[in-house]
Amino acid sequence: MSATKESTRVEVTKTLKLFVHGTFPRSESGRTVPVKDAKKRVVAHASHASRKDLRDAVEAANAAQPKWASATAYNRGQVIYRLAEMLEARRAEFVSLIMSIEGRSKADATREIDRAIDRCVCYAGWTDKIASVLGGKQPVAGPYFVFSMPEATGTVAVVVPDGAQLLAILSLVLPVIAAGNAAIVVTPIHANAPLAIAFAEAVATSDVPAAIINVLTGLRSELCPWIASHRDIAAVAGAHLSNDDAKALELGAAENLKRVCLFSDAPKFDDDSFWNSPFAIQPFVEIKTVWHPTAL
Amino acid sequence: MTISPFAYAPAPESVRPALKASYGLFIGGSFVEPKSGKYFESINPATEEPIAKVADAGAEDVARAVAAAHKAFPKWSKTKPSERAKILFRVARRIQERSRELAVLESMDGGKPIKESRDEDLPLVVQHFFHHAGWCDKLAYAFAGATPKPVGVCGQIIPWNFPLMMAAWKLAPALACGNTCVLKPAETTPMTALFLAEILAECGVPDGVVNIVTGGPDAGRAITALAGKNGGKLGIHKIAFTGSTDVGKAIAKAVAGTGAKLTLELGGKSPNIVFRDAALDQAVEGVVSGIWFNQGHVCCAGSRLFIEESIHDDFLARLERRMQQLRVGDPLDKNTDVGAINSKAQLETIQRYLKAGSDEGAQKLEVSCTLPKKGFWCKPTIFTGVQPSHTIAREEIFGPVLSVMTFRTPEEAVQRANNTTYGLSAGVWTEKAARALEMSNRLTAGVVWLNTFNRFDASAPFGGYRESGFGREGGRQGLSSYVKVGGAR
Repeated sequence: MSATKESTRVEVTKTLKLFVHGTFPRSESGRTVPVKDAKKRVVAHASHASRKDLRDAVEAANAAQPKWASATAYNRGQVIYRLAEMLEARRAEFVSLIMSIEGRSKADATREIDRAIDRCVCYAGWTDKIASVLGGKQPVAGPYFVFSMPEATGTVAVVVPDGAQLLAILSLVLPVIAAGNAAIVVTPIHANAPLAIAFAEAVATSDVPAAIINVLTGLRSELCPWIASHRDIAAVAGAHLSNDDAKALELGAAENLKRVCLFSDAPKFDDDSFWNSPFAIQPFVEIKTVWHPTAL
Repeated sequence: MTISPFAYAPAPESVRPALKASYGLFIGGSFVEPKSGKYFESINPATEEPIAKVADAGAEDVARAVAAAHKAFPKWSKTKPSERAKILFRVARRIQERSRELAVLESMDGGKPIKESRDEDLPLVVQHFFHHAGWCDKLAYAFAGATPKPVGVCGQIIPWNFPLMMAAWKLAPALACGNTCVLKPAETTPMTALFLAEILAECGVPDGVVNIVTGGPDAGRAITALAGKNGGKLGIHKIAFTGSTDVGKAIAKAVAGTGAKLTLELGGKSPNIVFRDAALDQAVEGVVSGIWFNQGHVCCAGSRLFIEESIHDDFLARLERRMQQLRVGDPLDKNTDVGAINSKAQLETIQRYLKAGSDEGAQKLEVSCTLPKKGFWCKPTIFTGVQPSHTIAREEIFGPVLSVMTFRTPEEAVQRANNTTYGLSAGVWTEKAARALEMSNRLTAGVVWLNTFNRFDASAPFGGYRESGFGREGGRQGLSSYVKVGGAR
């Protein structure tokens, strides 16, 4: 919280809040955590999401998801493309946050935002191709017309690992929403909370409907058990998590048999050949097979 | 193919399978004595007579089978895919040749009518091997852009309702993708899997590629206990289970945090929805097949019937008249429609639900017939006046018991049909195509049968939404359960 050089003007610093149902509330718990930059200076305070914040997000996401899933795939594609436009507009902000909070070089930060935006464009093109690639007509041995189609699973908790945040968030969120699910993104509060909220602001100014992407900055160790046991969460997405986090998620998930995809052997997020592929989407769809007799 | 409407003289199937007195465990390509030293008897549920003695695998036996599967994996997974294919095609052909004998054995061991094991189970078993044989050398096209790799050693636990068919659904895709397997058949129906072991060996499936460990829940737990890396020892890379939702959840907990891949095909309480514009007599046949096929021992059974209110009385009268024509009795009689309940324990479960249905105020209609003195039998039953809160409307009975409810609008039908934690199958009967398709969009179920029910095919993926499990079996989509593609599991 420093004054700008050359003048005595005091900088207006941003209050970091959560992103739930298209709005920016503080944590109902009232908790905040100091955000330090790479030089260990306190630069802001992040809202520390609680179990109750998670429940609020789940409620909103479940209410909004059916409409998102039933929007045309073409429409979802345009919405995701609009998100890419909003990220592009904030490119400089993301570069600056990656440099200041994560202490990385400008070249490195630029590579990450560029890849993240390009991945967003890729997924804008995926929405109306998922059914062609993952579904199809089945040649059954009888007089029936049979087709299999992918459908959204529901509300998906997206558990973001530590480390570089931007590409991690985008890589895990895009497959989830492209398929028609709603996402509740839980990012580690000590990683780069300002960037997570900058992402939420890009979402808020895009055409992504309210509650289809929610962002909670918090602690995985605290929230994972609640995510796992919440009966209205249909699936969990995550990658590169610790064994403890994986076990907490999978154990609780057994209660309502929510789908848990932790991409445990997946390549790093900068690998387009996997993270831009339908195999990143497939875990978050259900295949429905429909039969009808044929006759004249 | 007409059956005389006048006489139903006994028409027993005459083929008898060549049974041995006792069977060991099939490990590393041959039958071996169990280290547990224990055996149990598999009985015929229609007569309560023993069929054969079967080994009861202990944890040590399971570990031995897993070791055999590990030993076989490197070579099998690197076998030229077109060569793997030829072996599996050969298996399909050989099962086809021995279909009649296997169908009889299936009916003896499980109680299902011979016309079902002969006309439904065995053809699907053969088709499953034939279909997947063809996938062996085409996996790169099934997962275009990726390099699919086998998962490794698969532990597969299957139920007693379609014993050989479930073995085929588990083994065929696993083998096609280059995995090796440890399969545990259900305690009450181990026989056809043991015959399958002989066939696999005879057809050239290499030693240790398929291992069959018979036993009860302890053997199943011994399999799931090895899920994952098993502390650097010989673990199981993939667990596949078909069975009840309760056991499925226990398995999901056992596998949690181990890193093993998991697929579950679990229970259901599937709706069958009849609109007033349906072809009513066809719908009656669909409802009958939906709930009384295989004594209702079907995970996707249409156990909740929703009739549009305005046709309730007419439809119910047609359904009851049809139900009274069902012939209940000797599974090996070619005229039998409904066979024996699979086990005494399952019969007791069904009887508890029948009591709950009456106690909670539903009205019971059942087939008026005399049941055989010996064996386990249950009359096909309809409950009317069922409320959504009733036990028989919520819980899976896994028996020949239908709960009937009504609806007034399509929206209400969707809402009531989806009001369950399950999501395996759903049936819709209407002559209006647009309504049928929109119903299929809105029903939360992995399989939707429009103007038909209980149809299966090796090319058509099968599996559930929500607490009916995850993963699919059959077709290109089903292969995903048995390959690794760049990290998703």
